[in-house]
Amino acid sequence: MAEIQMDHIVKQYGDGFPAVNDVSLDIADGEFMILVGPSGCGKSTLLRMIVGLEDITSGDMVIGGKRVNDKAPRERNLSMVFQNYALYPHLTVFENIAFPLRLAKMDDAEVRRRVNEAADVLELHEHLERKPANLSGGQRQRVAMGRAIVRQAEAFLFDEPLSNLDAKLRGQMRTEISRLQRRLGITTVYVTHDQTEAMTLGDRVCVLRKGKIQQVASPRELYEQPVNLFVAGFIGSPPMNFLPASLEGDQLSTPFGPIQLDERRVAAVAGRDLLLVGIRPEYFEDASLVDEAKRPVGSVFRARVDVTEWLGDQQYAYIPYEAPEEITAQLRALSRELDSEELRTQAIVSIDSTSRIREGREAEFWLDSRKVHVFDPSTGENLTRDAEAGAALTRMATEDREEQLAESTGGPSGGIGTRDSGGTHAAGAA
Amino acid sequence: MRYLFRPPAAEAAGLLALPWHQPLEDWDPALLLEVPQRGISRHVVRFTVSEGRVYALKEITESLARHEYALLAEFEEEGLPSVSVLGICVDRPDEQDAILVTRYLEYSMSYRYVFSGPRAAHSPDRLLDTLAQLLVRLHLAGVYWGDCSLSNTLFRLDAGAFTAYLVDAETAERYPSLSAGMRAYDVDLARERVGAELMDLQAGELLSPDIDPIEVADGLAGRYEALWDEVTREEVFRLDEQAYRVAERLQRINDLGFDVGEVELVTSPEGARLRVETRVSEPGQQRHELFRLTGLQVQENQARRLLNDLRSYRAYLEQRAGRPVPDTVVGRRWLAEVYQPVLDIVPDELAGRLEPAEVFHEVLEHRWFLSEQAGFDVGTWAAARSYVQHELPRTPAVMTTPSVIADRGQVTVSTLD
Repeated sequence: MAEIQMDHIVKQYGDGFPAVNDVSLDIADGEFMILVGPSGCGKSTLLRMIVGLEDITSGDMVIGGKRVNDKAPRERNLSMVFQNYALYPHLTVFENIAFPLRLAKMDDAEVRRRVNEAADVLELHEHLERKPANLSGGQRQRVAMGRAIVRQAEAFLFDEPLSNLDAKLRGQMRTEISRLQRRLGITTVYVTHDQTEAMTLGDRVCVLRKGKIQQVASPRELYEQPVNLFVAGFIGSPPMNFLPASLEGDQLSTPFGPIQLDERRVAAVAGRDLLLVGIRPEYFEDASLVDEAKRPVGSVFRARVDVTEWLGDQQYAYIPYEAPEEITAQLRALSRELDSEELRTQAIVSIDSTSRIREGREAEFWLDSRKVHVFDPSTGENLTRDAEAGAALTRMATEDREEQLAESTGGPSGGIGTRDSGGTHAAGAA
Repeated sequence: MRYLFRPPAAEAAGLLALPWHQPLEDWDPALLLEVPQRGISRHVVRFTVSEGRVYALKEITESLARHEYALLAEFEEEGLPSVSVLGICVDRPDEQDAILVTRYLEYSMSYRYVFSGPRAAHSPDRLLDTLAQLLVRLHLAGVYWGDCSLSNTLFRLDAGAFTAYLVDAETAERYPSLSAGMRAYDVDLARERVGAELMDLQAGELLSPDIDPIEVADGLAGRYEALWDEVTREEVFRLDEQAYRVAERLQRINDLGFDVGEVELVTSPEGARLRVETRVSEPGQQRHELFRLTGLQVQENQARRLLNDLRSYRAYLEQRAGRPVPDTVVGRRWLAEVYQPVLDIVPDELAGRLEPAEVFHEVLEHRWFLSEQAGFDVGTWAAARSYVQHELPRTPAVMTTPSVIADRGQVTVSTLD
């Protein structure tokens, strides 16, 4: 297991195009780091540079304290997990996991020790002597993970591993990967374009855009304190709503009425004619259902509802609004870049599932103004970001991770370093 | 549902009637053809026949299907040895995966047969050379395979030698050129897969215990590196030796089964620096010549063999006529008087076990062997009869190429009608 440090990494292709542009990123030992962004953001290129598939134009790639820029993939001792795994029908599940070690001519006792250890973690023990033909989809994937585990690589690397699985298996594998990573405490770098995967799996998430890092933070910090319009628009589903706004006194004037800002935020946004205010869907509510105590921290406005979507446990209302041309152009460009469906000039608003707000009618909404962010439409910068609050969120995530790691690897019962005889009860330890 | 087919895809018309809306696993067996020559697949794969041609159908996610479809089409156009893709079916009901349709590579064998079949006298060495050659060819073309394995490769006999074909491009990626790291990683993956596949065969008692899977797998990287070096390295030599050194180098590259596209020679007082651009397509000079003369489409080594026989027949014709015989006449007469009659000796029950050109090649081999034993030339006809009686039956029925099996099936059906 190892720390991965990237120092001013650049990947320039023959035509001069910088696919990765001055990326510096430290991934801690045992950390689960997600590289995320729309296609063309450089995430896969970056992963391939870690593995050694792409030459590094400039900068240093350091794994476990050693500079690996000039090392062949094999010498880096990393494991690409799930890459096109095949199961061999005549080999037992044990041998299906063991074969990379056999090829390395490892001593038989050591092979047994490692495979048994991996089988404990993966809960595959009872299948070890069987042939793989009757394994379930999830179990097959676990065999593939077993192969990666027994190599005792410095880190696990995943390149969109779930993109070709059906939705059910995808959800199942997401949980499995997360659980496994925690138990093994192995440094993991995971590339995805799917923000749900990014948010649910990562200790920290590195958001890339056109080869540059936008923000590296815990999922919660990304969600609550995004650095710019790009990150704010990319993280969250349904996405954050962006409304045109201008500052009048200590209020933002918006298509959804005035929004009160506190002193800090007024100071941060002052001096600009046109602003964009970002409001997450869940900062809204059907005004008739808002607790009296909460009302004063937000504002109330009336709007005509275009469509409502009732999903049982939640409900969304779509509210169209007017915006000046320069704002709509900006939003259109952003949605193109995010590969998302066009962010039309309509807000998606989350309301209580019991709300009786109806389509085509005017209704009264409440908006929590405490958590709105205000962006500079020309630079995309989040003018109201509270860096300290953000850092505190990421610190919390780091502490959680360290605690979990200590539990899984350092506990008195041994953990994965030492194998105990049973298998089933060891698997329950996490 | 939507079907995308590459032209010329008139042949696809017959396929449209198939129940594409159903999962492949549920298709009526009557629509499918049992093909015993199979590798390991992660997906559901089935075979079917339409108008005498056999197709492989593979169920995979749409993005992969589209990706593979596009790449295989590119490979085919560039003459890379790969299976030929016909099309894809997408937007199937109930969010089913897409289906990729490829043309079955007739007279091909999977590694399982090559290693464990009755003709398994072939040493793994030759097979590995073939695989290394395929990998080098792909890498020259900027193709990172990502899943090079024996299962993803089919082998065809070409006048006794093997040619390897890529049959699965799901994970392949195309770049203007490959980094050393990508090539190395691709070879690492291949080594691991080959090792595991041979261990698997051994565990299934399908591989002689004398073969050591690890040793065989370990041999791949060396073969690959040596071949890569031969076809790509720059050489520097003295000016006075440049003429023969260039010729020597080109000959060596040809001998390894590659053609040279362009040669760059930069001279300076210190010497000449030679850079060769090796073509990615399979060599085709002999194939094209044979096609021009006879219309036969065969592989390169087979073509060389057939052309030699055609030339000796021409000498015989010209000697009898006492004057030169034009190309077109020679081609037609050799076809009608030698090639076809030899193949006609093969009885129906043995048809399809080997490609016709390969049968002809083996008859010529057999003739040489019999003549050596007899001390005189036994002639083609005696050789052909003896070959069909004693040699061809040693290639088992399981090797019969699917289109011939399908053809027989149709005959049975029509007689029943």
